[in-house]
Amino acid sequence: MKLLEVKNLKTYFTISQGTVKAVDGISFDLDYGEALGLVGESGCGKTTSALSIAHILPKEGQIVDGEILLEGTDLAKMDEKEINKYRWNDVSICFQGAMNALNPVMKIGDQIAEAIVLHQGLSKEDALKKAASLLELVDIPGERISNYPHEFSGGMKQRVMIAMALACDPKIMIGDEPTTALDVMVQAQILNLIEKLRREFNMGFILITHDLSILAETCDKIAVMYAGKIVEIAKAKDIFENTLHPYTDMLIKCFPDITKGKVMPEGIPGAPPNMLELPPGCAFAPRCKYACDRCRQEVPEPQEVGEGHFVSCHNWEVIANG
Amino acid sequence: MAKIFEVENLKVHFKIKGTFGSSKKTVKAVDGVSFSIDEGEVLSLVGESGSGKTTTGKALLQLVPYTCDKMLFKGEEIDKSKAGLKKFRQKAQMIYQDPYQSLNPRNEVLDIVSEPLMVNKLTDSEEDRLARSKAALEEAGMIPGEEYFFRYPYELSGGQRQRVVIASSMIMKPEFVVADEPVSMLDASIRTGILRLMMKFREETGVAYLFITHDLSLAWLISDRIAIMYLGKIMEIGDSDIIVNGGLHPYTQALAEIMPKPGQSRQGERNVLEGETPDPTDVVEGCKFCSRCPVRMEKCEHEEPPMTEVEPGHQVACWRVAK
Repeated sequence: MKLLEVKNLKTYFTISQGTVKAVDGISFDLDYGEALGLVGESGCGKTTSALSIAHILPKEGQIVDGEILLEGTDLAKMDEKEINKYRWNDVSICFQGAMNALNPVMKIGDQIAEAIVLHQGLSKEDALKKAASLLELVDIPGERISNYPHEFSGGMKQRVMIAMALACDPKIMIGDEPTTALDVMVQAQILNLIEKLRREFNMGFILITHDLSILAETCDKIAVMYAGKIVEIAKAKDIFENTLHPYTDMLIKCFPDITKGKVMPEGIPGAPPNMLELPPGCAFAPRCKYACDRCRQEVPEPQEVGEGHFVSCHNWEVIANG
Repeated sequence: MAKIFEVENLKVHFKIKGTFGSSKKTVKAVDGVSFSIDEGEVLSLVGESGSGKTTTGKALLQLVPYTCDKMLFKGEEIDKSKAGLKKFRQKAQMIYQDPYQSLNPRNEVLDIVSEPLMVNKLTDSEEDRLARSKAALEEAGMIPGEEYFFRYPYELSGGQRQRVVIASSMIMKPEFVVADEPVSMLDASIRTGILRLMMKFREETGVAYLFITHDLSLAWLISDRIAIMYLGKIMEIGDSDIIVNGGLHPYTQALAEIMPKPGQSRQGERNVLEGETPDPTDVVEGCKFCSRCPVRMEKCEHEEPPMTEVEPGHQVACWRVAK
């Protein structure tokens, strides 16, 4: 059995201007110890996917269809009371901007212990002991549980967030841009740490980022999202070496490659679509150089074109043949 | 080629009060840097947060108090009188990092773009102001310009905001621009558009940039030369290809090593530097990088390495190189 199977997940937001299909029928699976990268531009539904899996959507958002199978148990239709058994115990999230996610007037140890007391029913004393050992796990001396957030550097605060996410020995950890606000050297340290922990605990890891360049070396699988849909998903190697979706191709070309000459990347013309007024066919068609009439009318369905390699594009064969 | 900026031994020290009024401490944000920028050149300053990149940029634009042995703009001392600075700033501009914060939310795009013209009384009629604002916006890729005149910043996307910021810097036709992480808040897909725009202005007007970034691959892509900063000092400066592929300073090498290479999976762990940047108020006797250096020697702890020229235009501050 797979650790996590997401099938045709749809999460919609109802706002005064209409319905936003933030996540519109995504499917993927994740194995024990596997790392999946979710990548795409701002507003493509990466974070909403993560929030749906952990059931912490804002009140306007709702899972309207699909299944989220955690070791065979469907989380999608659970109510608040049932989901509480799984949230943080089995699925935890480490957010972007660690500086803002920690409570400035609460000791670090108390903040970590809070989750342990709530989800695992340990006494405060035992929870604090566990908090100290968790800090050691992320290379911070255990005695620093009695420090306040302002006494830590940005990188250390992000480590604390990771320790917190690990507090209840989750089976899946989701990192939502966990290194975006950090310096490159600290970013590399954090990515090393996450990789070490993932191996140690055989934990599934979902890394959400807009930075495709760090995914190649961090993840086993990569899913590229555009306007609420996964347009291409494959092994990391295939995403880069056997790219089939024009959006993936353009996204890769946005990053400078020092192994090649100094060529200014092409960038992607236009802007992501307004999620309230999506075009009738493929949402990427207005920005795509391969777009044909069919693309403008008919939404492409995901097709399996290789082992575990799915692509949603009418013209993938044209692209595959160069 | 003529130099647009020359600085020698630039220092910016901030005095801060200790906790509960304990003795004052000095933060040596920039501690003796020397470099020059040619006309039309792009020089990148690369380093971690707190390395003094932004402060160096601000000092050049006379926005923070500093000391130095020499600072020349187009070969002349900068006139620091009020009128002199006003004139200087017509020629030297800044592009800030965060287009979500650097635009006044209550001003319409037209007011933002034309503000430099109004402040400097460079326009005499409303028609002229509109025409020049339209041209500036269109140069920055906001076409048609007048469509955007009466929009507020919240109605624009991040990329469009940064284009407005650039339009208002470029309306003065500056000769030197400090660009402080101009694309780090933007999506990768939009970044290249902004970078291309900056390079287009360089080709058309010959403007020189001091490009501040923590992203070595971006610096490599757009600049002629790169200076690597650490704790207020320049560790190495040279041609961008040399810095990325043949850097001699251990810090440069560490930065180049962890630079993500798209499409290449990594064998084993990233080779990262241990620890974190020391507190800038601590007094470091020898080399500032010493505490994290994987190849430090005893000498490094006591004596600061001099800037050594290893080949024309390539300078390194490291005892391993200086011998």
